[in-house]
Amino acid sequence: MAVNKNNVKIHVSHLKKNFGHLEVIKDISTDIYEGEVVVILGPSGSGKSTFLRCINRLEEPTGGEIIVDGQTITDKKADLNKIRENIGMVFQHFNLFNNLNVLQNLMLAPVQLKKASKEKAKEEAMAMLKKVGLADKADAYPHQLSGGQKQRVAIARSLCMNPDIMLFDEPTSALDPEMVGEVLQVMKDLAAEGMTMAIVTHEIGFAREVADRVLFIDDGYIIEEGTPQEVILNPKEPRAIDFFNKVL
Amino acid sequence: MADIISVYGKLLLEAMGQTLIMAFYSLIFASIIGLIFGMLSVLKSKVCNVIAQVFVDIIRGVPMIVLAFFVFFGIPYALKNFFHSTFTFTALQAGIICLSLNCGAYMSEIIRAGIQSVDVGQMEAARSLGIPYWKAMQKVVLPQAIRTMIPSIINQFIITLKDTSILSVIGFPELVNAAQNVIAINFKSFQVWFLVGVMYLIVITILSKIAKALERRMNRGRK
Repeated sequence: MAVNKNNVKIHVSHLKKNFGHLEVIKDISTDIYEGEVVVILGPSGSGKSTFLRCINRLEEPTGGEIIVDGQTITDKKADLNKIRENIGMVFQHFNLFNNLNVLQNLMLAPVQLKKASKEKAKEEAMAMLKKVGLADKADAYPHQLSGGQKQRVAIARSLCMNPDIMLFDEPTSALDPEMVGEVLQVMKDLAAEGMTMAIVTHEIGFAREVADRVLFIDDGYIIEEGTPQEVILNPKEPRAIDFFNKVL
Repeated sequence: MADIISVYGKLLLEAMGQTLIMAFYSLIFASIIGLIFGMLSVLKSKVCNVIAQVFVDIIRGVPMIVLAFFVFFGIPYALKNFFHSTFTFTALQAGIICLSLNCGAYMSEIIRAGIQSVDVGQMEAARSLGIPYWKAMQKVVLPQAIRTMIPSIINQFIITLKDTSILSVIGFPELVNAAQNVIAINFKSFQVWFLVGVMYLIVITILSKIAKALERRMNRGRK
């Protein structure tokens, strides 16, 4: 599905984030459109994860404005929980609920937030598990799964809330190499279905293949932005050139 | 020994009953106090954290025997002098207050540590799905925290049961107080204290066995 340039899903303007005296994000502005897959690249400590975590306000921005689907999430009076229902997030360390089995992990939010009846939620959860290829693991507990399986469950858990937007925070960085592929495949399928996605990753190959746009972040700024072709293969900024020389 | 049991056995058993009653009520109140102050200390509010810390520091810093004298004698004295009140606590009431505060402070530390032992990612994942803080606490964080807390909680409960003996100083007729009265009559301190020791040992052993069984049950099927 094509990017719909008429519908801005995430509007970020002049985002700033400090941790104490440390300025992690200095000034970031960008728009992410409906159906767009934006991959955020950059060296460690450049602020890419923090940027992503500001979008659903897991980190409290120090300044600037973020509007998600027309709702200003940086507004102090924003109904954070309501807005977050519409933004799925996938974490580096999966963060599956360890006290619940796979099915319960998927059903918790829809049932607690009264999105669906128990029966309906279960039905949808099973459908999601099937989609990520783990229908047979419904009764397993997180500690019984491999890393790749955990991450696929985590993606399914987010999808059970039917979000319009998915954020991925280094989803494959904690995985053994042979498990990276299965998670990336699920993400590719999602992208093909037209999900709006913002992905922080170190998988350059994946970025080249799937991204509509790449943001290169360094030292709290977006220093390069464009198609994968432009940013990854023909970077102009010295720091970006240096980075891609090392990782490619 | 047999003659002591036949003459004073019933009296000592009744005293053990009083000990258990005091411990029972204290543990209930201590759990409530512990949960409240434990929660205050993990909230993202400096004021709440400080309140919880001050409470814990005060209780930890004052010997329980001093607390017992203060509550039982000091507070009614102050009320009488300043408000001309004739209010007094019964020894049971004062004892429950002291034990609840004391055990509650330690419980709040156990609960704080238990909650903090759960990876922050668990809360973040729940919040990212739109689940409110308290719901996430209740459905995701606390169930995991409780499993790590249980051994410490059992330990604290046993300590509290033993600490009831301190309340003998304000005249509450629990086991130690009763034993002192018996010895005042028959002077057989070796036999009586030995007997009392065995009685505590039996009760506490039974309680810890029950607690262990409970703990196993909660951990069944999980890592």
